[in-house]
Amino acid sequence: MTPTRVLIDRSGLDALIATLAAQGYRVLGPTLGRDAIVLGDVAGTDDLPVGWTDEQEAGHYRLRRRDDAALFGYVLGPHSFKRFLYPPRQRLWSVSRGSGPDLEVRAEPHDDRPLAFLGVRPCEIAAMRIQERVLTGGEFPDPSYADRYGRAFVVAVQCTEPGGTCFCASMRTGPRAGTDCDLALTELLGPDRHDLLVEVRTPRGEQIVAGLPAREATDADVATANEALARAEASMGRSLDTEGIVELLERNIESPAWGKVADRCLACANCTSVCPTCFCTTVEDTTDLTGQHAERWRRWDSCFNRDFSFIAGSLIRHSTRSRYRQWMTHKLSAWHRQFGTSGCVGCGRCITWCPVGIDITHEVDSIRNHERSASTFHTVGGRYR
Amino acid sequence: MSPVWYRVHRVRRETHDVVTLELTPPEGAPPCSPEPGQFNMLYVFGTGEVPISISSLPSDRGELVHTVRGVGAVTNKLIALQRGDVVGVRGPFGRPWPVGELRGRDVVVVTGGIGLAPLRPVLQHLLAHRKTFGHVSLLYGARTPYDLLYRNELLAWRDSREIDVEWTVDRSSGVWNGNVGVVTRLISRATFDPERVTAFVCGPEIMIKYAIEALRNRGMATSNCYVSMERNMKCAVGFCGHCQYGPTFMCKDGPVFRFDHIEPLFQIREL
Repeated sequence: MTPTRVLIDRSGLDALIATLAAQGYRVLGPTLGRDAIVLGDVAGTDDLPVGWTDEQEAGHYRLRRRDDAALFGYVLGPHSFKRFLYPPRQRLWSVSRGSGPDLEVRAEPHDDRPLAFLGVRPCEIAAMRIQERVLTGGEFPDPSYADRYGRAFVVAVQCTEPGGTCFCASMRTGPRAGTDCDLALTELLGPDRHDLLVEVRTPRGEQIVAGLPAREATDADVATANEALARAEASMGRSLDTEGIVELLERNIESPAWGKVADRCLACANCTSVCPTCFCTTVEDTTDLTGQHAERWRRWDSCFNRDFSFIAGSLIRHSTRSRYRQWMTHKLSAWHRQFGTSGCVGCGRCITWCPVGIDITHEVDSIRNHERSASTFHTVGGRYR
Repeated sequence: MSPVWYRVHRVRRETHDVVTLELTPPEGAPPCSPEPGQFNMLYVFGTGEVPISISSLPSDRGELVHTVRGVGAVTNKLIALQRGDVVGVRGPFGRPWPVGELRGRDVVVVTGGIGLAPLRPVLQHLLAHRKTFGHVSLLYGARTPYDLLYRNELLAWRDSREIDVEWTVDRSSGVWNGNVGVVTRLISRATFDPERVTAFVCGPEIMIKYAIEALRNRGMATSNCYVSMERNMKCAVGFCGHCQYGPTFMCKDGPVFRFDHIEPLFQIREL
């Protein structure tokens, strides 16, 4: 029987990619784009951003050369795997006026090729599960998400070097991968070694690993990986205090903190377009020039967009204050009421990609502090505002 | 979820910008048996789709009745449809008015403008089983006398003496000798027992606010008040996110809510 833990080297990872491709998967993973690591087709390890890392801070992202040949020596780029499971633009159906009186609706066919995701960070896996719950857990499940996610092969990479805006430890989504992946890799990189520890999590994963050039992993290898993960857990770039957060935000829906963040927020929707769980979409109905053929497209939308709350000739959420509040209270509070889970996985993308560097973890602190100082003010006999 | 193509069977012009469409299902279509207060998504070929409440009890032949006011691109196309035209229908969606809980109770229906449309099936139900209920009142406000919907039905309901029907207009014109003023003023003199009445309220949010206030002043508990709310419903199946109202999704948790369940949300501007 194949051991549940093996070691592979770079050629082993190439073999893994080749095996997945040979089994019919479209293999997608991190690649070097222009000034950012983006997700794309991966035919071998040469396509990975080998020897690169990403420097991330609030409103700041830069690629830097590493002094080693790490395969996964960076964290997250602006893309999440959401773009493949729940595409930014997707045709839902099309309809044509035929020669007869009837209209023929053509539903979109499902993709032929199943997807394999390589280098999936644990927070991303958590995001996929959250989206699965949102999109397929209700009375009207989305068939395309169910189909794509149901068939996807997930190769996780556990995080040994968290980024500057990471806070998965606070959201309990990382840096270790749970059971919602087929294989979990940990890169073991030292002066005299460069291996990947492969932990098998599913029978499907086991079957793939069986054909790879691999060595058995020793207890020492596993211990090395665990130490690295423990160090990562202790060195997150950010932390978010989630204690009582659902009620905190419900109590403080009129906090002055919303006005303060709105003074900086540009309502540009960057945060929602990089978020791996944001699921809001709109539909566009179009016709061609002949007027005989119509299509319905679904595309990502954002609660920061003006038209998002448009009804019967007017807007509900005029102010940036109300839109930022909608986004953050939904993500961290209402999501629990709706789906029994947080909508935040602590990936930190919204912090990195905010052009003015608004930090969701600081904004939660700000709401806590306002509440605290308001109640102190009350107890000393003052009146708030 | 793709639409089912219904055919316009009859167009009834209610006012200058409101029509009532009667739609016939295609042969072999799965039956659409909506409950009062639910809505359908109506699609106009190539133009778009809008949520429209269902304004009649289901018929045996599966016909649908929708009363539409022309406001935007899609609704203006809807009110221009002719007999024989085709409309895409998805639905029914949403939580209905709890008509099953009305047995033995007084009922007061408070509506403004097009808000009467989703309550018409409730009134049809109340009249069909009239003896099952206590006192029933319909209080209805329109902008002007020319904006009153279902005029013949209103008169017939009133003349039947089965229910109290009172209407009012915001602005009078010409030879109007009826009430002038907001609909919520009618609440103070409506006949009902505050201890055993249920209120159904539908109209603009500002009307709902003052209606609830007036009902409270009559000694009613808000746990007996139901309101139909409105947000931007795009997908109607709970995941486009547009119709969120605090932690609720209007399309699946609403549009009908027991007022005390949403009262904390109702107080918040721009929610």
